[in-house]
Amino acid sequence: MMSVRNVLQGISLLGIAILAALSLLFISADWLRHLGGPLGSFGTDLFAAILSGGEWVDDTVGTRVFQHAFTWRSVSTGILIGIVGPLVGTFLVHRQMALIGETLAHTAFAGVAVGVLLAGLTPLSGSSDELVFIALIVSAVAALGLQWLTAHTDSYGDVPIAIVLTGSFAVGTLLISWGRDISPIPIEIEDFLFGSLAIVTPEGTRLVAVLTVVVVGLVVVNYKQFLFITFDEQAAQVARLNVSGYNSLLIVMTAVVVVGAMQILGVILVAGLLVIPAAAASQLGKSFRETLVLSVIFGQLSVLLGLAFAVSVDLPPGGAIIVAAIIIYLIAITVSDRAIGQISVH
Amino acid sequence: MSTVIDIQNLSYSYGNTLALEDISLTVDEGSFLGLIGPNGSGKTTLLHLMIGLKRPDEGTVTLFGEPAHAFEEGERIGYVSQRATDRGESMPVSVRETVLMGRFPHVGHRRISDEDHVIVDEALERVGITDLEDRAISALSGGQRQRTFIARALASEADLLALDEPTVGVDAESRTEFYDMLDELNQEGITILLIEHDVDILTEHVDKVACLNQRLFHHGDTVSFLESDAIAEAYGPTSRVIAHDHP
Repeated sequence: MMSVRNVLQGISLLGIAILAALSLLFISADWLRHLGGPLGSFGTDLFAAILSGGEWVDDTVGTRVFQHAFTWRSVSTGILIGIVGPLVGTFLVHRQMALIGETLAHTAFAGVAVGVLLAGLTPLSGSSDELVFIALIVSAVAALGLQWLTAHTDSYGDVPIAIVLTGSFAVGTLLISWGRDISPIPIEIEDFLFGSLAIVTPEGTRLVAVLTVVVVGLVVVNYKQFLFITFDEQAAQVARLNVSGYNSLLIVMTAVVVVGAMQILGVILVAGLLVIPAAAASQLGKSFRETLVLSVIFGQLSVLLGLAFAVSVDLPPGGAIIVAAIIIYLIAITVSDRAIGQISVH
Repeated sequence: MSTVIDIQNLSYSYGNTLALEDISLTVDEGSFLGLIGPNGSGKTTLLHLMIGLKRPDEGTVTLFGEPAHAFEEGERIGYVSQRATDRGESMPVSVRETVLMGRFPHVGHRRISDEDHVIVDEALERVGITDLEDRAISALSGGQRQRTFIARALASEADLLALDEPTVGVDAESRTEFYDMLDELNQEGITILLIEHDVDILTEHVDKVACLNQRLFHHGDTVSFLESDAIAEAYGPTSRVIAHDHP
């Protein structure tokens, strides 16, 4: 029985790894084709090959989406955030920091607002990718600020979170209203709030590719340390792990993932991709490693189902992905025997 | 016999509230020290200072010959905190994963080796939970959880165990077994620091007692502690409620 479970998980992970590799390949080709020289022509050829592959898929399946670079960009961004979102989220959920993603997304919104304002005051163009980059910086700084606030106040963990969450949104609304008057850019705030496939630019996609490689690499290298600190912070400190260092690393990684995922999911919904697959996985996982694997599988399923639905009926992807994640969560609760197990022990 | 912990004239405050005042005591290698005192007497604070989780405001705490807060060999200390097991309630972590954490300070960023797994097997065997290794911590009883945490300390090959009320919420029978196991580990040479509010249990197992309430009222062997008035002094007028009669 256990082995069937392991085999299924192994196959799913392999599938996700192939999808991720294809995504990274497409994003690399999309980037390389803008370079000159032999690399540039290689990129151009590869890019064309992928799109004609998409055309073949369209002809075979009877769709008309895979021949467009635009679809490939959103799908590959979705696949990658479907991996890193739950990966980081599983640690957050079990550190009882589920709302931190939501908070950092709101600070990212303030970052977007800063970008809009800067576009009015400076020679910056205020393009989507510039805004996303500014959001990344603001969110990472806010993440460290939030950690400082939590460490230096006596309040319960969620009080600084509530303050930073609403505070950054407040600053964001003020800046964006002011920025609109002096900024020349026709920015669709709704796209940032609820997510849109239209704001997934080549630069935004590239950012997600880089952050995926970096975040996955950091989690693999520091898995033991993150696990120990998440499970028993004080014992980890006694074991002389650099607890505050790893905490900062985790929270900055979260900020980066949130900004990457925000492009598709939107400020308001992004935290769902971090938290819901992790919650579903925790219902079924027998060990932490298995929970982490399941959360990535569930996250990926949510993204693929959500994107397929959103593209087919032309609705925003963010809402569709989160609804898919919640359906998976409900199924996990139904299937799970954890609740029964706990009662029978006591 | 060498000294594991040496505390000289230690004082510690939380803001303006003095938690510990002018405490001096030493813990020898291989001893089993019980820390006792009323609620809020500074037991946990003292334990944290001993294992370097806090820095003293005044005085010195030396752990294995180094200032405790600067002591770097974390794998030598096995620590079970008061609420160590709460996390396991909701976090899906298996028994084996928990015990494996004891190897983390040794391994750092390298891969877990076969040798590490052998050490974990031995630790599980030693505390008698080998058959539970694939279970989630949340599916264990209180006593089994405590054994898991002790196994983690054994897997880290700690020579000092620091236990903060380890048997809260554990049934009486498992508690007796747990303390018998601590006795065995102590006889094998592991130094143990124990906070336990039950005076009877404490004095039955430890060989040294430190009785404190902000100040140190008694530090010495168990017999002299039972003969002294330290409990009455440390606990004040309510002491009769807490101290049991000894036949």
